Amino acid sequence: MYPSDFEYAAPTTVQEALELLRQNPEAKVLAGGHSLLPAMRIRLMSPPLLVDIGKLSELKGVRADGGVAIGALTTYHDLEASSELAQRLPVLVECASNVGDPQVRNRGTIGGSIAHADPAADMPAVVLALGAEMKVVGPNGERTISADDFFVDMLQTALEPGELLTEITVPPMPEQMGAAYEKFKHPASGYAIVGVAVMVHRGADGNVSDCRIAVTGAGPRAQRARAAEDALKSGMDVAEAAARASDGLEYIGDISASEEYRANLVRVLTKRALTRAMEQLR
Amino acid sequence: MEISVTVNGKTYRHNVPPRLLLVHYLREQLNLTGAHVGCDTSQCGACVVDVNAQSVKSCTMLAVQADGAQVTTIEGLATNGAYHPMQESFWEMHGLQCGFCTPGMIMSATALLQRNSNPTDAEIRHALEGNLCRCTGYENIVKAVRHAAQQGRAGSNGSMHQGAKPEVPESAEELEHPRRDDGVPEKPETVGDWEGENAGVDETTPMGQGGM
Repeated sequence: MYPSDFEYAAPTTVQEALELLRQNPEAKVLAGGHSLLPAMRIRLMSPPLLVDIGKLSELKGVRADGGVAIGALTTYHDLEASSELAQRLPVLVECASNVGDPQVRNRGTIGGSIAHADPAADMPAVVLALGAEMKVVGPNGERTISADDFFVDMLQTALEPGELLTEITVPPMPEQMGAAYEKFKHPASGYAIVGVAVMVHRGADGNVSDCRIAVTGAGPRAQRARAAEDALKSGMDVAEAAARASDGLEYIGDISASEEYRANLVRVLTKRALTRAMEQLR
Repeated sequence: MEISVTVNGKTYRHNVPPRLLLVHYLREQLNLTGAHVGCDTSQCGACVVDVNAQSVKSCTMLAVQADGAQVTTIEGLATNGAYHPMQESFWEMHGLQCGFCTPGMIMSATALLQRNSNPTDAEIRHALEGNLCRCTGYENIVKAVRHAAQQGRAGSNGSMHQGAKPEVPESAEELEHPRRDDGVPEKPETVGDWEGENAGVDETTPMGQGGM
């Protein structure tokens, strides 16, 4: 199936891309195209102009700067292959290697996944659990949006018209950190029916000092499971905390899974992810 | 929009509409019909080709995104009338029945062996996750990839022998259609216009499925 007709531009600088977006408010940004092109093929989206940012090589790659900065145009394959990430944030490698299939990972990008904000995409949960920040440029210059504020609703983010996501930055992590991503895959699409990403820190006193749990697939957007976070931080064990993971979340049921089933998956996957993350604490 | 693409070693220049998918460009403009359109939803992998040495689904890429790229399709694997070792292994291990998924399977499998010459069965299955087969149940496909890997390791220079099989003598040419593009009177040095069957399509009707 063909997308409906559109104009195509492949700028070679970020400034050029921003100018095209400013002049064409209805334009869509094309990165790896593995969410956008399928949506256009079934005519769910029919933008008049595609701004292909594939030539903006400055948006590619992983860089360590205290924390880790990941260019928005970095593909899942590049995340999987990054020795920097394998050392500092293996949870991102683990998550990337379970997205789609090899061909999807060769083209699909972390920034594309986050900016598209599919309710069942993996990356939004992981960046939310890691407390990442999204660096964005637009007509009014650069700004930073925290992952907590970024995912607004189904396919909706805090990106304003004309803005371009350029980089995802993960803050420096303490030594005593564990993180894991658990996913129950839809067998045909590979998307998460539910996915749970967790991050735990342990303080000098041996107790959990910080914990972030993020859920994808259950509802319209990636969401924090705050009841379980609070439980773990208050000293409850993993099983007790995980039992609260489904509390207070928004759910969507569909032909693949009911709301109740998804809530159950949230609890089960949270327990598995927390167990693995706690094992990583030294 | 004018693009220049090198496909199986031959450079083509064409004017194409931005919405033209790479798989349709390959099939309908270049007559390289080895890449199939199966699901049309980026899932089945029948359309897998290599773009700049990376395995991609050509139904989820625009032809204009391939401007300047090096593309290899299933038609580009055979050399001098002899099958690629992976093609031989699929033959040897009966890795296909109807054959619809086979070009994509073989392209994904060769991409795997390029980065991992000794994959485990689990790694083979993980690498073929993006390729669906409705006939074989995958057992013989995995066997074929394993066989190709073993043959590759047995070869003196790390690659499998390239000679024609005894069982496929002169008929190999006829059976495998090694390079359909050889017979196509395209115009590599000139700019051609998009001539596919969907060239002047009515905007309001959903497009055809691309055919087999």
